[in-house]
Amino acid sequence: MLRWILGGREAQGAVEKNTVLVIGEEQPKNSYTELQVLKGHFDIVRFLVQIDDFRFASAGDDGLVLVWNAQTGERLQELRGHSQQITAMTAYSWPSGDSTHTSLITASSDRTLSLWDPDTGNRVQTVSDLQSSAKCLLVLDRLDLWISGGNELCVWDRDFHLLCKTDHHSDAGITAMIELPKNCIAAAMDKEIVIYRLSVSSSKLDTTVSEIRRLVDHQDSIRALINVNDQAFASGSHVGELIIWDSLDWSIQAYERILWDEPRPEGQAEIRLGFHKQSEMSVQHLASDGQFVIAAVGSGLYLYNITTRSVVAYRKAAHDSNILHTMLFPDGQLMSCSEDGSVRMWELQDLPLPAEPASAGFFGMWTFGRSNKQASQQVKKVPEVTGLRTLELTGDLIGHSGAVQMFVHFPDLGLVTCSTDQLIIVWKNGEMEARFRSLALFQKLEENQGL
Amino acid sequence: MSVDYQASFVGHPPGCNYPKLNFVEDSKVVLGDSKEGAFAYVHHLTLYDLEARGFVRPFCMAYISADERKIMQQFQELSTEFSKASECLKIGNRKAFANELIKKLKDLEYTRTVLHKETELQKQNSGCYSTQAIDKANELANVEKSMYEHKDLLRQITSYPNRKRKDCEFLPQEQDLPADLAETEKKPTPTESNPDNKSEVISGQRRPSYTPQLIKGKSAKCFDKKLKTLEELCDSYFFHQTMDHLRLIENAFRGDLCYIYTKQIDQALLKKQKITNFLFEEYKDWEEEAASKQFCGASLVPDNSLLPSITLMSGEPECLESHAPSIEGVHTNMEPETSEERLQGPDLTDSSPSDLTQENSEGTDAEMKPSSTSSGDSFGVTGPEMPHVHTPQEKPESPVDPEALYTDNVQEDIADTVDDAEANTEEISATDFTKPKHPGAPCPSAIFEQQPSMKAEAVCCMGQERLLREEPSPELAQECYDDTVVKQEPQSCLQGDPALQGDFTLGAAAITEDPPAGLSPYELNSDSLSDDVSRMNLDDMSDTTSFMSTSNNSDRMSSSFFYGNPITVKQKKKAGQNALRFIRQYPFSQQAIFCLLSGRTLVVLGTDERTVRKLVNALSIFVPNLGKYGETVQPWLSSPFQLTDLQNWKLIGLHRMASPTGSSMLHSLNRYGRYIGVLDTDQKTLRCPPYRSALIGNMANHRTQIKRGSTYFMHVQCMLTQLCSKAFLYTFCHHLHLPISLSEDHESVASRRSSFLHQQLGYSEEDSKIVQFLSELIKHYYLQGPSRTVGPPVFCFSYIPSVLHKI
Repeated sequence: MLRWILGGREAQGAVEKNTVLVIGEEQPKNSYTELQVLKGHFDIVRFLVQIDDFRFASAGDDGLVLVWNAQTGERLQELRGHSQQITAMTAYSWPSGDSTHTSLITASSDRTLSLWDPDTGNRVQTVSDLQSSAKCLLVLDRLDLWISGGNELCVWDRDFHLLCKTDHHSDAGITAMIELPKNCIAAAMDKEIVIYRLSVSSSKLDTTVSEIRRLVDHQDSIRALINVNDQAFASGSHVGELIIWDSLDWSIQAYERILWDEPRPEGQAEIRLGFHKQSEMSVQHLASDGQFVIAAVGSGLYLYNITTRSVVAYRKAAHDSNILHTMLFPDGQLMSCSEDGSVRMWELQDLPLPAEPASAGFFGMWTFGRSNKQASQQVKKVPEVTGLRTLELTGDLIGHSGAVQMFVHFPDLGLVTCSTDQLIIVWKNGEMEARFRSLALFQKLEENQGL
Repeated sequence: MSVDYQASFVGHPPGCNYPKLNFVEDSKVVLGDSKEGAFAYVHHLTLYDLEARGFVRPFCMAYISADERKIMQQFQELSTEFSKASECLKIGNRKAFANELIKKLKDLEYTRTVLHKETELQKQNSGCYSTQAIDKANELANVEKSMYEHKDLLRQITSYPNRKRKDCEFLPQEQDLPADLAETEKKPTPTESNPDNKSEVISGQRRPSYTPQLIKGKSAKCFDKKLKTLEELCDSYFFHQTMDHLRLIENAFRGDLCYIYTKQIDQALLKKQKITNFLFEEYKDWEEEAASKQFCGASLVPDNSLLPSITLMSGEPECLESHAPSIEGVHTNMEPETSEERLQGPDLTDSSPSDLTQENSEGTDAEMKPSSTSSGDSFGVTGPEMPHVHTPQEKPESPVDPEALYTDNVQEDIADTVDDAEANTEEISATDFTKPKHPGAPCPSAIFEQQPSMKAEAVCCMGQERLLREEPSPELAQECYDDTVVKQEPQSCLQGDPALQGDFTLGAAAITEDPPAGLSPYELNSDSLSDDVSRMNLDDMSDTTSFMSTSNNSDRMSSSFFYGNPITVKQKKKAGQNALRFIRQYPFSQQAIFCLLSGRTLVVLGTDERTVRKLVNALSIFVPNLGKYGETVQPWLSSPFQLTDLQNWKLIGLHRMASPTGSSMLHSLNRYGRYIGVLDTDQKTLRCPPYRSALIGNMANHRTQIKRGSTYFMHVQCMLTQLCSKAFLYTFCHHLHLPISLSEDHESVASRRSSFLHQQLGYSEEDSKIVQFLSELIKHYYLQGPSRTVGPPVFCFSYIPSVLHKI
C-alpha cells in the first residue's frame, strides 16, 4: 500500500494511461498556485453566478444563497429564505442612476421565486405557491423582463408581476431556455425544442406569449441548449446528438452524432456497459465562444467549429468520469470540470498527429444539409479529418473531494469552483496575487508613513 | 535620616487638629557588603495602617545579588519594576485602609450612641456634675473627636490624587474591584459634614453583616495588638498581583549581567523587527500590546504571569529608552578599572572566589531550594547594630507568601539623593549611608525574621543603613571572565551600537532610490562565523541561562507540546534535541526542512504514535509562523485530512492504520500528493520535491558537531533569523515587486526580482522559493495583522514534481 503511495506512482500511472490522461505534478503552464477554500454551505453547491467584477453568489441543495467576495474570500451576505434546494439562480441587472444594479433571482423546489439584493441581503420580492417549481430562469435584459420555466413558462416583470404564462406542459417541463432574436425564446422540453414568441406592447401588462414552433429532431431528451452567436444556437441530447440550429428560421444547420462504436473485448465491454454506456454518450454541457462549440460528451470533450462545420479536436477520455461544465477562453484555452473532482485545463494545439490512435469508427460523424434528417441515421466512418488539432492537457486543479459542479471565471481574480463536497474553492494566480499584495503593502506603508 | 511619621501628625498646621496622611514617595537605595558578597537593591515604601504610629508602616522590598554591578547597572530597570510592584501594593492598601476606616467609624458611631445613653443615664441618676457623668462626657467628647479625625482620614485617603492613579495604568483590573472604594471616592468630600448619615449609609450599603463593636476609651497598647500582615494591609487580590509581579522580576533578572544584557539586546532587537517576529520567534504579547498601547499592563495582568520574564522587560520600552543616558552614565563611571582595583585590591582577592561560586550556583539555587535560610542569615549579619527606637512592628508574613517581604524602618528622601547621584552611583553608599540627613533623627535598625519558604536570590529583607562602609568591588565579574572566550559582557543595549538605536526608516521612496547596493552588511554575518566559533558562543550562551538546568521528561513534553499553553523558547529548545537527532538520523532531513520552509505541508506518517510525535516535535522548530499555541501543527491525526486541513496545518503527524479509515487516509495522501511532502517513519522514506541548495545544508548538516539540543536550536534560530531579514528586505524593496516607471512591464520586474534573489542574495532557485514564501507570509501579516479577519486563509502551493528519498 505504501509503495503505492510513495513510490509506485509510475506503476499506477501506467494503468491510468490506458483509460485516462494523467498529468504529472510538473505543470509549468498552470498558473493557479494559490487557493482559498470557502466554507458555508451544508449541502451540494450547484450554482455559481457572477454578480460583478469581484462578487459572486453560490447556491445549492441546502437552500442557502451566499454572496462572496472573490478577491478576499470573505462571505458578504447570507441569503436565507428558501426551505428547499435551489433549482436555478441568475443575476438580474438594470440601470439605476449611473451604474447598474444587480439583483439575484432564485428558484427553489419549495415552489417559490425570490429576488434578492446582494448588497443588503434582503429578500426584495418573493412569489410562492407556484404550480410547479421553476427549473430554469432567463432574463431578457432588452425587454426588462424575466422568464421562469418549469412545467409552464411564466413571464414576469421586475416587480414580480406575472405578465403571462403558457399552459401546463407535460411532466417533463422546461429544462433549459435561451433567448432568440425577434423576441423569441427557445425552450428545451424533453426531446423537443419549443419556440415561443413574446408579443410586447407599450404596456407591459399586455405581454403575451405564444408557441409558434416545435422542433422535434432530437432522438432523446435534450440536455444542453446554448446560444452560439446571433445566427445559430446549439442543442445536445442524451444520446450524443449535437444539432446546430439557425436562430432565425429554426432550421437545422448541422447534425452531429457523436458515437461510441468500438468493438471491445467482451469482458471489458460489459463493465463499460454497466457503468458508462448511456452517460458516455450524453451531451452534458455545451459552451461556445461564437465560433467553436465545446461539447462535454460523457467524460470526453469535443470541439466543433461552426463555420467549417467540422470537429476541430477531441478527447475521448478527458476525465475519469462525466464532465459537468466546460468553458472556452479566447486564447484557445479550455477548461472542464468533472464528477471525478478535478478541473482540467486544455490547450488547443496544432499537431499533425492526433492525440489518440484513432480507432477506426470510434468517432462517427456526418454533416448534413438542412432537411436531410433520415440520412443522418446512417453513420458513416469519416476519413481522417484534415487539420485536426489536439487538446493538450496543460494542468489540473485538485482540491475538491466530490464532483465539481460548475465554475465561474473572473478574468482578474481567478477561478471559482463549487462542488458536491459543499466547498467552494477560489483558485488564484499566485504571481498575480503576490503582486497585488505587494501593491497593497506599499500602499499601507505609505499610509503608515513607514514601518 | 529616618522620618518620624508621627512628627508630621504632630506638626499638623495649627488650627486643624486632624492628623494628616502622608503620601510618601518610595525611596530606592543600593546597599551592599562586599565582604559578605551581598548587594541589594532596596525599595522602601510605606503602607497605611490605622493601628500604626502615624498611620504609616514602612516596608521594603529588596533584590539581592552577589554581583554588585548587576544591581548598579540594572538600577533603573529594577527601580521601574519595583515601583510597579509598590504601586500595586499601595493601591490595594488604600482600598483596605479606606475599608478599615469605614469600619472603625462604624464602631465609633456605635460607641458614641452607647456612651450617649450611658451619659444620659448618669445624668439622671447622679446629676450633671457628678464625677462619673463628667468622665462619661469626656469620653464621649473623645469619641466624637476621634470620629472627626477618622472621617478626615477617610476623606484624605479617598481623595488620593487621581494624578497618581493615572501613573499606574498597569492595573486594568481595577474595575473588577468591589465597588466600595470607587464609591467612596466618588462621594464629594463636603457631604461628610453630615457624618452620621454618611457612615450609616456607607455601612448599610456595604457591610450589612458587620456588627459594630464597642471601642474602649483607652486604646490598647501597641504591643497588645497583633499587627496586620501584608496581605491584610493590602487587599488580597492586589497582594497576589504584587507577588506575581515580584516573581516576574525575579525571573527577569536571573542570570548574570552578561546574560541580562544579551537578553535585553535580544529583546530590543526583536522589538525592532516586529514585522518578521511572527515567523520564527516566540510569540509575545507585546505584539498585541503594541497595538493597544498597554505597555505597562503586561506585567500585572494575570494571564501574562504564565509567560516568562521577557514580558516584563518588554513591557516598558519607553523606560528603557528614556533611561538610556543615565545608564550610560553609570556604566562609564564604572569603567576606570585601575583606580578601582587599587582601592580594592585585598577585597577583591577575598571575595571573588565566593562570588564565583555564588554566581554559578545562583541560578540553580533560586530554582531548586525554596528554603535557603543561609543567605537570609548572611544578610541579617550585615544589619547595623543600632539602638532600637521603637517597638518592632515586624511580624512574619503569611505563610502563603513565597517571596520574602519584610517590614523595615524606612528613611525618606533617599529617592532624591539617588536621582541626583545617578551619574555617580558609587557615591550613593558614601553620601547616603554615612551622613544621615537629619542627624538628630534616630537611626532605626531592621529586624529580620526568617521566612521558612524564602527564596535565595529572590526579593528579601535587608537592613539599610551604613552597610557600605567599604567600597564595593564592581569589577568582579570582569575579572572572572578573563579566561573565557567572552571577555566582556555585551554593552547594555541602549548604548554603543548605533545599529540598535536606529529605527528602520525605510520609506518606499528611499528604497526605490537606493538599490540594494548596501546589502553587504547583511551578507557579512552569514558565513563569517565558522561553525566552531559559533558553536562555542552558542554553548556559552545557553549555559548561562539558569532555567536550562531543569530537565523534563522529553516524551511528556513532546506530547504536551502543542496544547493549551503558548509555546515558549524553552520548549523549542527541547525540540532542538529531537531535531538534532532527526538530522543525524535521516539523510533527507534537508528536504523535509525545505518542505516546511517553503510552505509545503509535511505529513509525518507512522504507526507508532511516540515516534511520530517526536518527529513532529523535532520539525516544529522549522515551521514558519508556528502560532502562539502551535496552531499550525497537528501532532497526531487519526482521521483522513481535508484540503482545508492542509491550509491550516503545515506539519501533520498522521496515524497509519490498517482499516477502511486508513485506506481512505492513504487515498487523501495520494490525492493531495502535490501539496504535501510525506515522511514515512516506518519505511524511513520521504517523498517531496528535491532540494540541493546550500542554505538548509548549513542549517541541517548531519555531520554537525553540535552536541546539545538547545545549542542546535540556537544555531537554527540564528540561521532562520538571517533568513527572515532577507525575506524582510526582499518584501520591502519596492522595485522588486512593482514597476518603477509606467512603461515597465511585469517581465522586467520579474527579471529584476530574480536577479536580486540569485545574485544579490546569492540564492538558488530553491532557496528563493523559501524567501518568496516567507515574503508572502510577511505581506499577509503586515496587511492583516496577527488575526486573520477578512476571509479564509490563503493556501499557496507550486507544481513541482516530488521524488522519493530513501535512507
